[in-house]
Amino acid sequence: MLAIVGTVPIRDFPLTHGPLSVSGPWLEIRGNRVDINRGTPALMAAAVAASQALGKESPYGFLVGDIGHGRGSRELYHFLTEHAADHSFSVMTFHYLQPIAHWNEKVINAVLSVHRPPMLIADAGFMYAAKMSGHAQRFDLFTPDMGELAFLADENAPHPFYTRGFILHESNRAPELIARAYAHGNAARYLLVKGAMDYVADRSGILEAVSEPSVPVLEPIGGTGDTVTGIVSVLIEAGYAVPEAAAAAAMANRLAGRYAQPTPATQVMDIIKQISRALGEVLGLGVSKVTHAPLPQ
Amino acid sequence: MDLGFLVFQNTSEVLQAEKALRKAGWKDIRVMGPPPEVRTGCDLVIEFPLMEELKVLKILEDSGVIPEAVVPVSSPLLKPVDLYAITDFGDYLMVRAANMKITVDKNTLVIVNISGGGCPDVPYLAHEMTGKRLDEAPCPKDIGHTLCAYALQLAYEEVGKRCSP
Repeated sequence: MLAIVGTVPIRDFPLTHGPLSVSGPWLEIRGNRVDINRGTPALMAAAVAASQALGKESPYGFLVGDIGHGRGSRELYHFLTEHAADHSFSVMTFHYLQPIAHWNEKVINAVLSVHRPPMLIADAGFMYAAKMSGHAQRFDLFTPDMGELAFLADENAPHPFYTRGFILHESNRAPELIARAYAHGNAARYLLVKGAMDYVADRSGILEAVSEPSVPVLEPIGGTGDTVTGIVSVLIEAGYAVPEAAAAAAMANRLAGRYAQPTPATQVMDIIKQISRALGEVLGLGVSKVTHAPLPQ
Repeated sequence: MDLGFLVFQNTSEVLQAEKALRKAGWKDIRVMGPPPEVRTGCDLVIEFPLMEELKVLKILEDSGVIPEAVVPVSSPLLKPVDLYAITDFGDYLMVRAANMKITVDKNTLVIVNISGGGCPDVPYLAHEMTGKRLDEAPCPKDIGHTLCAYALQLAYEEVGKRCSP
């Protein structure tokens, strides 16, 4: 089973865990309803849609309210450290959490010390903390955007806010930044870099580059990176190899974006509604048959 | 000139302290990244002239924002990002600072989307700011708590400059 761990931007939302479902504009967890458009719920709703497309059981969620003070994140970190052995997950995806290096380390140690350790995926704050705590290499997949890739590539930066100016975010520098992130031990086993061109990479370099369909207006829409992470998490849990899952998720997200006919003002829920159709189409084509962009030289 | 830095419990206190010091007329302070020995992953410090310590602490005390420590600068502090990326989508303008992006309708000046970032106040800021005009929306600096909020503040100021008549 897939577990997704993150926060909602509601000050007093209690620590809640349970199976996830979607009802109209709401994500539901243990009788609580939260807006899909903001934060981890977007990732979770995308994962629910992808699970439905694959005929899989719904993911399990861990959510707590946090508006940036870090109190909710600390409570959730503490809970996971204490209760890691209470559950059995094959994949765990960590998302919007206050990046706190020592808590990150405790949680990783706890979830990897169970009888059958899960595969680990990180995005957003938990990915920042994984790099900061020096445990990036214990993860199976990171899903950074280009700015976050530059941060992973800068061995001195504790947060994307401090990425040094000479490490530029341009898409055509992705191969160099990926190599640099691996050289300093700051990347997971695989990377799915989200951008105008999506890259799937490992220590050996770029494995796949996905650029079609091209929907530039997805970039300003908050949550469109989260949806990719939700889809790839489901595909990995379903048994797809990480590189194939990452390429298929990137394509499905683009296709869902195209079907939503977005403008820069579109909200992510309109794209999530299209994920089931888009993912079905991508998997129906067969991942290996989809046309990829040529790899950069 | 010898420099020191002020360490606070969290980033929101840094933002409050910076606001208080600037309001009191302090121009030679800088918000910077802490040295490795005091880093937690999502933090800022305020660099200031060490000789002015007593005056600075008095202002902060009067404002109710007390630093956890005052430390002399012994090695260069990390400099925040100062590059912006601008994307023009016709009726919409997107500005990115570090990992944060804000997109505004150029005709109405309404914030239509906020994206990027990884700290938990990003969805909160998006909730509070999206759908509001630039001059009506709350400032990320006033309601945010993290480095992502600080990056969004920079993008918010930049898009305001570029969209102002």
